[in-house]
Amino acid sequence: MEEKDVLTALDGAFPGDILESGTSLGDPVVRIRPSALAAVAAFLKTEPWTFTMLLDATCVDYPDRPERFEMVYHFFSLARNRRIRIKASLPATAPEIGSLSALWKNADWLEREIFDMFGVRFAGHPDLRRLLMYDGFEGHPLRKDYPLRMRQPLFKKREAS
Amino acid sequence: MPGNFITTRFDAMLSWGRKFSLFHYPYVTACCGMEYMSTACAHYDIDRFGAGMTRFSPRQSDMLLVVGTITQKLAPVLKTVYDQMTEPKWVIAFGACTVSGGIYDNYAVVQGIDEIIPVDIYIPGCPPRPETVLDGLLKLQEKIKAQGQDWRWKKKTS
Repeated sequence: MEEKDVLTALDGAFPGDILESGTSLGDPVVRIRPSALAAVAAFLKTEPWTFTMLLDATCVDYPDRPERFEMVYHFFSLARNRRIRIKASLPATAPEIGSLSALWKNADWLEREIFDMFGVRFAGHPDLRRLLMYDGFEGHPLRKDYPLRMRQPLFKKREAS
Repeated sequence: MPGNFITTRFDAMLSWGRKFSLFHYPYVTACCGMEYMSTACAHYDIDRFGAGMTRFSPRQSDMLLVVGTITQKLAPVLKTVYDQMTEPKWVIAFGACTVSGGIYDNYAVVQGIDEIIPVDIYIPGCPPRPETVLDGLLKLQEKIKAQGQDWRWKKKTS
């Protein structure tokens, strides 16, 4: 089973949901419709593809694109030593995508971090709170329009003595 | 008069005692901690300067060593630790992050711990070498020596 096989299989299993596919540095990269994420991920996790490990989930902010946020998922097959990257673009207003936390436990915190940093919401996430920033922090600091010098200290700056 | 005796001012004696018995509380959060360990261990041996007693309770320590990046989220914890320390107390900002935020000029990091607590000695460097740290410690000792000492039983004049 080589890289082309998984792309062909995805095309066959999800007609219309695969928007773009190719390879990058030898690993398959697939752009899908956001609504198909859970189904595609479940498909990849099972035999024969066995991408049982969610290596990373992250997000990229492209402020100039109409579909501003791009979700990026990396999966790894321990059995076959193969990787695959899944991308899905989300709109600028109210970006939302399905949660993978039911399929992978580690998706829980990865998605909380993405929510914290980019404000992407995850439908079906059990506990969607900020992970890194504190309660009361406003905005999402890794969005490109977050002001570079904006500080939100938890208490007032000390007066110099 | 037979025997040996010396004369001194009580203030001077007290400051001499205090500067050579600095119990320190290491508030270590980042990579500067490696240099702190190096300074504290046998090779550079911070104990030669009377600051070898590491206390892991702020209530028993005189010198707060803030070693490493302090984030906005951590700031209340640092403030609490400082407030828990009993007088007299001194603070050393150890490394560029504690001095000014260092390379982390961003939304998450406090731009110098003097925004939160008063600092006596700033040790620059990313991270500072142990020699720099010992130099900072000696500077703090000079500062303590020059300071008026607060005696708890001293009569209030006002």
